[in-house]
Amino acid sequence: MSASLATVSYIGATILFILSLGGLSNPATSLRGNLYGMIGMTIAVLATIFGPRVTSGGYAWIIGSMVVGGSIGIYAARVVKMTQMPELVALMHSLVGLAACLVGFANYIDPEAATHLNNAEKAIHEMEIYVGILIGAITFSGSIIAFGKLSGKIGGKPLLLPARHMMNLVGLLIVIYFGWQFLHAESVNAGMTPLIVMTVIALLFGIHMVMAIGGADMPVVVSMLNSYSGWAAAATGFMLNNDLLIVTGALVGSSGAILSYIMCKAMARNFISVIAGGFGTGGGTPAAASGDAQPAGEVIAVSAAETAELLREARNVIIVPGYGMAVAQAQHTVCEITKHLREKGVNVRFGIHPVAGRMPGHMNVLLAEAKVPYDIVFEMDELNEDFPDTDVAMIIGANDIVNPAAQDDPNSPIAGMPVLEVWKAKTSIVMKRSMASGYAGVDNPLFYKDNNRMLFGDAKKMLDEVFVALKT
Amino acid sequence: MTLMIGIPREIASGEKRVATVPEVVEKLIKLGFKVAVESGAGDAANFSDDTYRAAGAEIIAGAAKLWAASDIVFKVCVPTSAEVDLMREGGTLIGFIWPAQNPELMQQLAAKKATVLAIDALPRMLSRAQKMDALTSMAGITGYRAVIEAANAFGRFFNGQITAAGKVPPAKVFIAGAGVAGLAAIGTAVGLGAIVRANDTRAEVADQVKSMGGEFVKVDYEEEGSGGGGYAKVMSEGFQQAQRDMYAKQAKEVDIIITTALIPGKPAPKLITAEMVKSMKPGSVIVDLAAERGGNCELTEPGQAVVKHGVTIVGYTDLPSRLAKQSSTLYGTNLFRLTEELCKTKDGIINVNMEDEAIRGLTVIKEGNITWPAPAPKLPAVPAQPAAAKAAAPAAKGHGHGGASEPMAGGKLAIMFGVAAVLFWFVGAFAPAAFLGHFTVFVLACFVGYMVVWNVTPALHTPLMSVTNAISSIIAIGALVQIAPPLLGGGGPRPDDWIRWLAVAGIALTAVNMFGGFAVTQRMLAMFRK
Repeated sequence: MSASLATVSYIGATILFILSLGGLSNPATSLRGNLYGMIGMTIAVLATIFGPRVTSGGYAWIIGSMVVGGSIGIYAARVVKMTQMPELVALMHSLVGLAACLVGFANYIDPEAATHLNNAEKAIHEMEIYVGILIGAITFSGSIIAFGKLSGKIGGKPLLLPARHMMNLVGLLIVIYFGWQFLHAESVNAGMTPLIVMTVIALLFGIHMVMAIGGADMPVVVSMLNSYSGWAAAATGFMLNNDLLIVTGALVGSSGAILSYIMCKAMARNFISVIAGGFGTGGGTPAAASGDAQPAGEVIAVSAAETAELLREARNVIIVPGYGMAVAQAQHTVCEITKHLREKGVNVRFGIHPVAGRMPGHMNVLLAEAKVPYDIVFEMDELNEDFPDTDVAMIIGANDIVNPAAQDDPNSPIAGMPVLEVWKAKTSIVMKRSMASGYAGVDNPLFYKDNNRMLFGDAKKMLDEVFVALKT
Repeated sequence: MTLMIGIPREIASGEKRVATVPEVVEKLIKLGFKVAVESGAGDAANFSDDTYRAAGAEIIAGAAKLWAASDIVFKVCVPTSAEVDLMREGGTLIGFIWPAQNPELMQQLAAKKATVLAIDALPRMLSRAQKMDALTSMAGITGYRAVIEAANAFGRFFNGQITAAGKVPPAKVFIAGAGVAGLAAIGTAVGLGAIVRANDTRAEVADQVKSMGGEFVKVDYEEEGSGGGGYAKVMSEGFQQAQRDMYAKQAKEVDIIITTALIPGKPAPKLITAEMVKSMKPGSVIVDLAAERGGNCELTEPGQAVVKHGVTIVGYTDLPSRLAKQSSTLYGTNLFRLTEELCKTKDGIINVNMEDEAIRGLTVIKEGNITWPAPAPKLPAVPAQPAAAKAAAPAAKGHGHGGASEPMAGGKLAIMFGVAAVLFWFVGAFAPAAFLGHFTVFVLACFVGYMVVWNVTPALHTPLMSVTNAISSIIAIGALVQIAPPLLGGGGPRPDDWIRWLAVAGIALTAVNMFGGFAVTQRMLAMFRK
């Protein structure tokens, strides 16, 4: 295959990748979008393998490593539970980061790569290597920590070292200093030391950055790492003078950045403050807030049978799922109840907050898994105005995203965060294990409202009981 | 010492209600109280002595004995002077008192060193107090019964029907005043199939009228009629003229008018004039729920149903009593909720806590001292509005998915353009030409990504992430081109083994992503269905 043919194939692959992302704009076209992505990837890989830059001596190696990696990947994709999606995605991000590091190192020790370059080009090339490895390493270690946090192997509490901003700053200065050293290195061996020191610092920085972020901010982190993995690919593309890598990396990078932006907006926080870390633990904000606005009053607990009674008499029901539903694996029971009520003519809809769950769109995937039709699953903005006409709003394992304090109490740590206005429904039912507060550590005045009922217990168990009571 | 709650038989003529029902007696006993019921107290409401006895109450024959035995007395109607005489010194009385209208009764109760909680003096705007709000529960019953009385007096169907014998048009019902009673009447009349219109001087109830299935008729005049505390106020002359015109027009059109208009502390406004009654179709019905306070209709005779100019005007003042079983149950529950608030310790002893806003409002006499009227509650209805306005703002902002988002502020935009210009100048001044070609592609690709991804529906964010993750394994190409490139020589000896193993590891890692990412995306997307 000639160089021109390979380039044309790359253009084709680029177009297919763009179409792939475009296809995801709608559930009806999304499968086709994924197919475009697969075709694009196949074309890109084949064009590279049979292109001018790979000789036949490498085929055996390529096939061997592809088969090993591919089978692991397909196996993982088969067995993963939908509730574990965030972990899987985080883990996969780490692989891209690691691969970017490896490619960077391989490129650096390859004397062929820089032979035909003049001085300025060589400097730029080495800078690209340096930056590529830097982003790759941060992505790698950050994603590993995110995986640990999401899967519960590492506690969700933010780790806040003293003077952590200072440490990051010092790290950055060291990285810049060694970058300068690296550019002025005489030989590959001399350049290796600064490169490795930088990699270690980048790894530590990635760990530290994600460790400092609390559980509620996980959707931001996951999408941010998604973005980083794209930038790592783009940096590699610059290093290798490969436009396909640059374009694809930029697509992925901007997609992740947009998701991070949407998630931050949904929590009424800016990106910097999320990355700076420590939601709900920074300087005792929640303590101060609960001090002057402690919601007083009693909660009204109900039983599963009474819940069923309320649902049976309702005409409009909105279900608001949260991470608690995922933890309890209750989505199938929710679907059964939904189906039952819809057969009875009850208008059941789902209201999804952008940051419900641990990654963007997490709740939608869980509901889809349980075979809830997607046309009754709505975004917060789409149905928030309908709560006053709703008879029952059922909140399953969600807390902060339905907290009226975000609107009423300017001192609340979550003030200004858009929330689902469930308290405007005629009755709201909160399913919860206990009276504990959510990730933000903020008490929820919703629980004390007169039209609110609490159904305490494990979401799955309680919903099963509700379903049994509904059928009788 | 646990206290005895006494339930006397209501002695007002025509009163069928009773202050508690067997179901509630059980709950009161659970709170630790003893309950005594006068023999025959519940008969008119279809609760026999036996059912009370089965619920755990003691049955006492004779009012005198019952009043003497009771520490706390639950009543429905305002007690008569004879009843107060029977009351034990220092006892507690809970029921309707209307302290403003009954100053002598208040004096008499104070002389008995009594503690009196007037359920009608409840601060209704406290959301916590709603479960005790007997006025609301009675008003709901009144509204329901008003429609039933109207249907009884009305010679036609409520719902429209097409029968073999011809077509019947639906009845048209107009409801003046959409308070609790008005809304209940709307719901009931809609349920029977009538076409329902309603009007209220308070504009904010328009939505409530619509939610009950009625049509809100506006008065063609701009004035807001909320008088605070959820009640209406007296309106200006201009408004009243416009309102009269509207009522006159409605009177000609509709078959049934139900009026519920009351203004606190004032005689009921005269909404329906004799002229309007004359203009109504023969056989029409007016139910005047304000009859007790003089009536909204000029021709109403309180307590009677009369026919004037061919229109039946119902002025009954005992509508809740006409639904005695239902109203007794709701009233009993309201009193039980109040008792719960008084007895938080659940040991059968009440604590009239004057710090509690709800109880402070209810208590009109405390141990012989008249404490009525209570200071105005600290919670007026006004602050609800800024909160609502604030709530609207963030909702409107939303992230504007797919739609036009708000334009950025000019200053911010200028700064961003400035920063971008400096960056571009920097790149242009130092970077070699070959780099610029890639840089162009990179910047354009960022924009394409931005445009494409912005259209992705939030429901698909997780699949989007996993597909972009799969696509980012394009980095495999970086490893592929290094595994066995055509060697050009030059640059010194090449550490082939090192490079190869690094590349192989890179390919294997990205292959996990490539295959796994697409496979898991496929799995997820296949689950989305209509």
